[in-house]
Amino acid sequence: MPSHLVPLLLVGAFTLSPAAFADTLTAKLTIQNRRFTPQELTLPADTKVKLIIHNQDVIPAEFESYDLSREIVVPGHGRVTVYIGPLNPGRYNFFNDFNHAAQGWVVVAPTADKGN
Amino acid sequence: MLATALIVFREVLEAALVIAIVLGASRGISHRGWWVSAGIALGASAAGLVALFADVIAEAFSGTGQALLDAAILLTAVVMLAWHNIWMSGHGRKLAGEIKEVGAAVQAGTKTLTALLVITFTAVLREGSEIVLFLWAIAASGGHEFGMTLGGFTGLAAGILVGVLLYRSLLFIPIRHFFSVTGWLILLLTAGLAAQAAGFLNQAGLLPALGSNLWDTSAILSQSGILGQLLHILVGYTARPSGIEILFYGVMLVAIFTLMRINGRRVHSMQQRQPLHDRTDTEPANS
Repeated sequence: MPSHLVPLLLVGAFTLSPAAFADTLTAKLTIQNRRFTPQELTLPADTKVKLIIHNQDVIPAEFESYDLSREIVVPGHGRVTVYIGPLNPGRYNFFNDFNHAAQGWVVVAPTADKGN
Repeated sequence: MLATALIVFREVLEAALVIAIVLGASRGISHRGWWVSAGIALGASAAGLVALFADVIAEAFSGTGQALLDAAILLTAVVMLAWHNIWMSGHGRKLAGEIKEVGAAVQAGTKTLTALLVITFTAVLREGSEIVLFLWAIAASGGHEFGMTLGGFTGLAAGILVGVLLYRSLLFIPIRHFFSVTGWLILLLTAGLAAQAAGFLNQAGLLPALGSNLWDTSAILSQSGILGQLLHILVGYTARPSGIEILFYGVMLVAIFTLMRINGRRVHSMQQRQPLHDRTDTEPANS
């Protein structure tokens, strides 16, 4: 069935765009003993961030955020990559959808020289 | 128990609402029940496989494998739903007429039925693999087995119940308006799924965000509440949307709508045995 190939081709075409990889900052988030570390992740404003989420527990988790429109399963002892931003200053909640007791925030501080 | 039930409910709900709408939209087509059931069964089996290989998928493509898989699944659903809707825009009127007159099921080509199967398959696959992983996470963290099983089944039953209720409510719509209502429902659903796919491609770093939060309506209608979630599933409501999500939503909405209108007019004018007027059908033809 050829229409199956359409999405794959679309994905394939986008992988070729080099602009998507320019100038990104890498940040790390760990899931350990069913909690996020750090619980407040401070990130710069107006910067695209490559967030690496490492689950050190055996239990799978799902990193989810309505504020950031992000959703990804992180298998036990797994490591996944999520791109976020560039973000405006503010607080963005995220949580483990498999265990809502685990909550965290991305905190984006206003840029000092802009004075806002 | 309650937490398990709620999470399973939310995942099941998403698939159940999609299936309810698609079942409504394919009303009157014979054998659709078999094809939709096959889609559910295949989707559930594939969901088990995806859950089993979750670690392999997650670490593929430098840790973006899952987002890419989600995007591919969603875009497949988008293509099938769009195709089905455009096809229905030409056949809905005839179907409605035949349902009204004879009440009998209409033979449709395997293309339509395959589209139904694929749409059901993708809906169950995406939500099913998350349910399997979630239940495993609970089991592994030493939850009470009885409570977990009960919660899982309660959530599953509640999700299916809402799907059945939606389907039953759709059937109350008078038949002459029926397919235009399901057409609009599928149009909005498809635009929402396309926006979600754009979100996943952006999450994988393949598409720019074009502005991370273009507006914020989370204070008015939170996406974590039940209404916000229903609207998210049905029409793609997002409290803090990114530019790329809005772009995909808008382009998909306009593209499918335009193709539906063109196809609807083409089939209608063929049936009326009238020449096709390019501009408008209210204007008399100049000859």
